[in-house]
Amino acid sequence: MIDIHNLTKTYDDATVVDDVSLSLPESGITAIVGPNGAGKSTLLSMIARLIAPTSGRVLVDGLDVQETPGAVLAKRLAILKQNNQVGMRLTVSELVAFGRFPHSGGRPTVEDERHIGEAISYLGLDALRGRFLDELSGGQRQRAFVAMVLAQDTKYVLLDEPLNSLDMKHAAAMMKLLRRTADDLKKSITVVIHDINFASIYADHVVAMRDGRVVLQGEAGDLMQEAVLEDIYDTVVQVREVEGHLLGLHYL
Amino acid sequence: MALVVLAFGAIAAALAFMTIGVKGNWDFVLPFRSAKLLGLVLVAYAVATATVLFQTVTQNRILTPAVMGFDSLYVALQTALVFFLGTRDLASVDMRLRFVLETLLMVGMSMALFYWLFLSRQRSLHLVVLAGVVCGVFFRSLAHMMQRILDPNEFIALQDMLFASFNSIDQQLLAVSAVIVLATAFVSRRLLTKLDVLALGRDVAINLGIDYQRVVLLLFAMIAVLVSVSTALVGPITFFGLLVANLAYQAVGTDRHKYTLPAATLLAIIALVGGQTVLERVFGFDTALSIIIEFTGGIAFMLLLYRNLRR
Repeated sequence: MIDIHNLTKTYDDATVVDDVSLSLPESGITAIVGPNGAGKSTLLSMIARLIAPTSGRVLVDGLDVQETPGAVLAKRLAILKQNNQVGMRLTVSELVAFGRFPHSGGRPTVEDERHIGEAISYLGLDALRGRFLDELSGGQRQRAFVAMVLAQDTKYVLLDEPLNSLDMKHAAAMMKLLRRTADDLKKSITVVIHDINFASIYADHVVAMRDGRVVLQGEAGDLMQEAVLEDIYDTVVQVREVEGHLLGLHYL
Repeated sequence: MALVVLAFGAIAAALAFMTIGVKGNWDFVLPFRSAKLLGLVLVAYAVATATVLFQTVTQNRILTPAVMGFDSLYVALQTALVFFLGTRDLASVDMRLRFVLETLLMVGMSMALFYWLFLSRQRSLHLVVLAGVVCGVFFRSLAHMMQRILDPNEFIALQDMLFASFNSIDQQLLAVSAVIVLATAFVSRRLLTKLDVLALGRDVAINLGIDYQRVVLLLFAMIAVLVSVSTALVGPITFFGLLVANLAYQAVGTDRHKYTLPAATLLAIIALVGGQTVLERVFGFDTALSIIIEFTGGIAFMLLLYRNLRR
């Protein structure tokens, strides 16, 4: 369980995350949704200790992320941010191998190699193992980074807009894959996501943010109400049921 | 593979430096030349390692400690010491002790500067470059101003301290420098795999459990020490590190520090020792090695900038 207590982040006089208290469950997919600038990514970065909070605490299985040694946390919690640019020239399997660093300390064992191979296969990257990252398409590169995070083999996985550079086919495939990962490997996956329909279909829990505050916490059904969505996004969204799923239409 | 070739090249350069054109007494020539060789090797290691470490931490291929003006910090420090203490007081202190103290001071100041530039907040690379260049100019001007006000006698003494070159390596400092360099070599060996992770960027490194703040500060301290060593031995050299680091990345074809760090050092040894041999034996000391190195290094710098602009 990840417990977030009164988390606040201010830059000079702008409050980006405002007194957020939240619990992320032990398993399943949690989607964090909300308009641009709601503080979703900042919240995720603070949970993963990439940004120090102005005040408040984050406990991962009781461990305070600001005080626990990074190497200990790296075996429990993994984060993947958007816009991953790597200065190094790496092949796919080299990148995924870095995911084992918290376990191997740079000297991979047979066990590590197994995890690396599995993560690569899991994301369907077998044919691309030896390719350099700068030779891949945006979607393939995104999958390689997800494979790295999966190879890290942590209970908690935080993904900041994993669908960002993916087309329709790959976005749906990525969400299915996350669903499968959460179910098969009993992981707790938290995703920041822009498309509420993906959240509606694939997420077990939904957290909606606006102006740095959590405005809704619950199941997908709680979010997918016209009045609720209009309140969060400040725009008219029609909700329709399609094959048992609630979908929001905001194109009209 | 490339490493083996480079190692042979470096050994060949060292052998040529030691043996070509020996006239007269070997008992004199060998110790004389080996001290000089040791100095060149130390400088090569210090410049190459400082540059590669710096480029890994800052995640770029164009900035080096020298381009950021950190050797002018050392010059400013030296000048300030002469200015405030006077050469007589300075001369009464053991040179080696003074060197160690200066290095410590340098480490403290540059770490404060590095910390402010890179760690206290996430800043854009462009801002950091600009700030670095401005800092460099500032320290250089500060040094110039103090040199203008100095008593002419003191000024000449200071000139003597600052304008070291590849020909007149400070023999007294060799032993101290060698010890310091060995210590940093030991530390960087232990950091090799962490350096690879660090090159993936701050966020990924933290995610993979690197204690980012601590490791980066340690690296900055090492860089400051190495810059001090090379500047104390031969004076400021701006583009040399850039040249060998980028050649090394190309030569080994991977970015693993296990390969890039030794490759950069070996290339630096080949360039310095080989260059010095050619200079002494072919041109008969007619020109200065630093001029040639800065010339080629400067051109490499512009090519890199040009390539980056086009991307």
